[in-house]
Amino acid sequence: MKNTSALILANARIVDPVAGTDRGRMLAEVRIEGDRIVEVGSRVTRRPEDRVEDLAGAALAPAFFDPHVHLREPGDPHKETIESGAAAAAAGGFSDVAAMPNTRPALDEAFRVRGVIARGREVARARVHVIASCTLGLAGERLTEMAALREAGALAFSDDGRPVAEAARMRRALEWARGLGAVVVTHAEDASLKGEGVMSEGATATRLGLLGIPEAAETVAVARDLELAALTGARLHVAHVSTARAVGMIREAKRRGVAVTAETAPHYLAFTDEDVARLGTSAKMNPPLRTAADRAALVAAVADGTIDCLATDHAPHAVDEKMQPFADAPFGVVGLETALAAAITLLHKAAGMPLATVIERLTHGPRRAFGLASHGVFPGAPADLTAFDPDAEWTVDPDQFRSLGRATPFAGATLTGRVLGTWVEGREVFRAAAPAAVPALARAR
Amino acid sequence: MRPLDRRHLIGLETLPVSEIRALLDGARDHAAWLEGGAVKGDSLRARLVLLGFFESSTRTRVSFEAAAKRLSADTITLGSAGSSLDKGESLLDTAWTLESIGADCLIVRHPRSGAPADLARRLSRMALVNGGDGSREHPTQALLDLFTMVRHGLEPEGLRVAVIGDVTHSRVARSNLYALTALGATVAVCGPATMIPAGLEQLARRPGRVEVVERLDDALAGAAAVIVLRLQRERQEQGLLPSLSEYARLYQITPERLAHASPGALVLHPGPMNRGVEIDSRVADGPRSVIREQVTAGMAVRCAVLERACGVGAWADGGPRREAALQEAGR
Repeated sequence: MKNTSALILANARIVDPVAGTDRGRMLAEVRIEGDRIVEVGSRVTRRPEDRVEDLAGAALAPAFFDPHVHLREPGDPHKETIESGAAAAAAGGFSDVAAMPNTRPALDEAFRVRGVIARGREVARARVHVIASCTLGLAGERLTEMAALREAGALAFSDDGRPVAEAARMRRALEWARGLGAVVVTHAEDASLKGEGVMSEGATATRLGLLGIPEAAETVAVARDLELAALTGARLHVAHVSTARAVGMIREAKRRGVAVTAETAPHYLAFTDEDVARLGTSAKMNPPLRTAADRAALVAAVADGTIDCLATDHAPHAVDEKMQPFADAPFGVVGLETALAAAITLLHKAAGMPLATVIERLTHGPRRAFGLASHGVFPGAPADLTAFDPDAEWTVDPDQFRSLGRATPFAGATLTGRVLGTWVEGREVFRAAAPAAVPALARAR
Repeated sequence: MRPLDRRHLIGLETLPVSEIRALLDGARDHAAWLEGGAVKGDSLRARLVLLGFFESSTRTRVSFEAAAKRLSADTITLGSAGSSLDKGESLLDTAWTLESIGADCLIVRHPRSGAPADLARRLSRMALVNGGDGSREHPTQALLDLFTMVRHGLEPEGLRVAVIGDVTHSRVARSNLYALTALGATVAVCGPATMIPAGLEQLARRPGRVEVVERLDDALAGAAAVIVLRLQRERQEQGLLPSLSEYARLYQITPERLAHASPGALVLHPGPMNRGVEIDSRVADGPRSVIREQVTAGMAVRCAVLERACGVGAWADGGPRREAALQEAGR
């Protein structure tokens, strides 16, 4: 017999990027039975046994998908685990994350992919997808068994972190993936041009006595991979775009009909290389923070859709690893627990993008890029939902993170927008501590 | 940053001009007695000065140690080989240990840019003096270069100084750019394009200027002093130059090239020199070379830096330089 006890989310401001709607202050109710939304309206069916959550005017949107995270398992559980990473994702409003394969060992065989997915189910926070590697051991040589990996559940393929150096090898990877209808994610960076560089080349790097990474390290690789995507007809996704020039190339390729999508990370929308002097290793990531002009071009590209989605490139490291001198500290910062707030602050509040468009870049945008079914807040959709207060201000304190990683350039920043709760298949996987919810309540009345 | 509170000397990028001048004045006083034949001062008596040289160095280490000993400090020198760093201890843990031992001052030489600045932020009592970090700063070297120039009657304001060579990897070049431009000089920088870092002009402090010049002769034209940088031989393996002789062909300072500089221009080199590569021996040993004087000047400058770090002599509370510096900071 069907269990009809339902969860009702009441007084919700529904932000549905698929329908393109933001109902503003028109509050609605959502009735969830099992893992599905069954009813949406100003007043839904209520039965005595139903549980009612009063969202007090908070926004309710489809939960987010981050196509680019590093969960460090297997190999480096001191940096992050699937459990801690998936909990961080849930706290950030994500129902889905895609884990990159640069673990130790790399996710280059079917059983490893199955292992990560299974562990993700076990920890039961955000859903964990896997992006398997293009080449064995990310060595840039032998292709992985993509069909077998796909069967094991791999969502896409990438040698993230160690870009495929040889153009011909990349071509073969794209061709093989194309036959499977799979997306190849390129970490577009020419390793030889990057060299020993640790931050963006420019006056700040010179001042700090640090070796620079030129803009061309990214543009050369993006140009190559766009040409190879055009050549092969494969689905290319450009990870963490950091330069205005790369944006221009992607825009032009899309106009030509190349099957390309792209992402950028919130930190590239917020900071520039000049901030590295102040932020130290909390601003050391790969690709590096670029100029103010790059930053502005990225914001514009997210707004006009040239960049399809936001991805955090959540890359946790242990505190002591990030405390080393700048040149020695590993690349990477965490991002799952600040993504929504950074997006609202930078794109909605500062750049004037409609809230529904910002949410689109966290939901429909990345889902479409990776061929995942998009869902909105309507009857029949899966009950993967995020409630957030788009007006709540808070100060980022990394010690409160669920992630084991603490390094973020947003530490100490005051951001607007706070996740209040996350549901995956109708099950609550995150709920904010009470104080954050109170202001929403007060404002809504 | 509150540099006066603990009298660190991390770099010259932001050190107030009054502090630079106070250090030059201090160096002048020390040079007088060091060169006058007096054996020892006692301003650092009962002070413990530690030398943490986590990168190989001879002249800077010996110069600091000799300066400290000449002022009667107790000194201990550590290197990375045989120290706890060798056992995997972090630099910060090492520094905290040394601070707990009761050191008044730690001089740090480190291969990584920014390591001393990172440490200074986390120390509470011990003063930190940068003895050279990666490619970032080598403040005492620039101060001794400046001191050498001043003693030869070259006042930095309005002066043109040429800096020649591998600037990308040179902390000496950076500290000199900051100090010289802060005092109003124009610095003409010239070297292979593979070794001139991006945005160098933006490192100039007001009111001075930095010009990046393509041709060596143009860089030397009108220069009252030429700072010749050391070319590390490993740059060739890194593919930054085809050969040492190609470098010498384009950038070696020879008597003929030096003729483009101002009459009587001084030639400085931080050492150790590669004779026949960046500098011709006829220049290194010639009448315009002040390379050996630089070493002597280094003692005087480091005496002043150590006194400032330990807050003694003219830098003691109520001392004239301390007061002058406090006034500057209060402005």
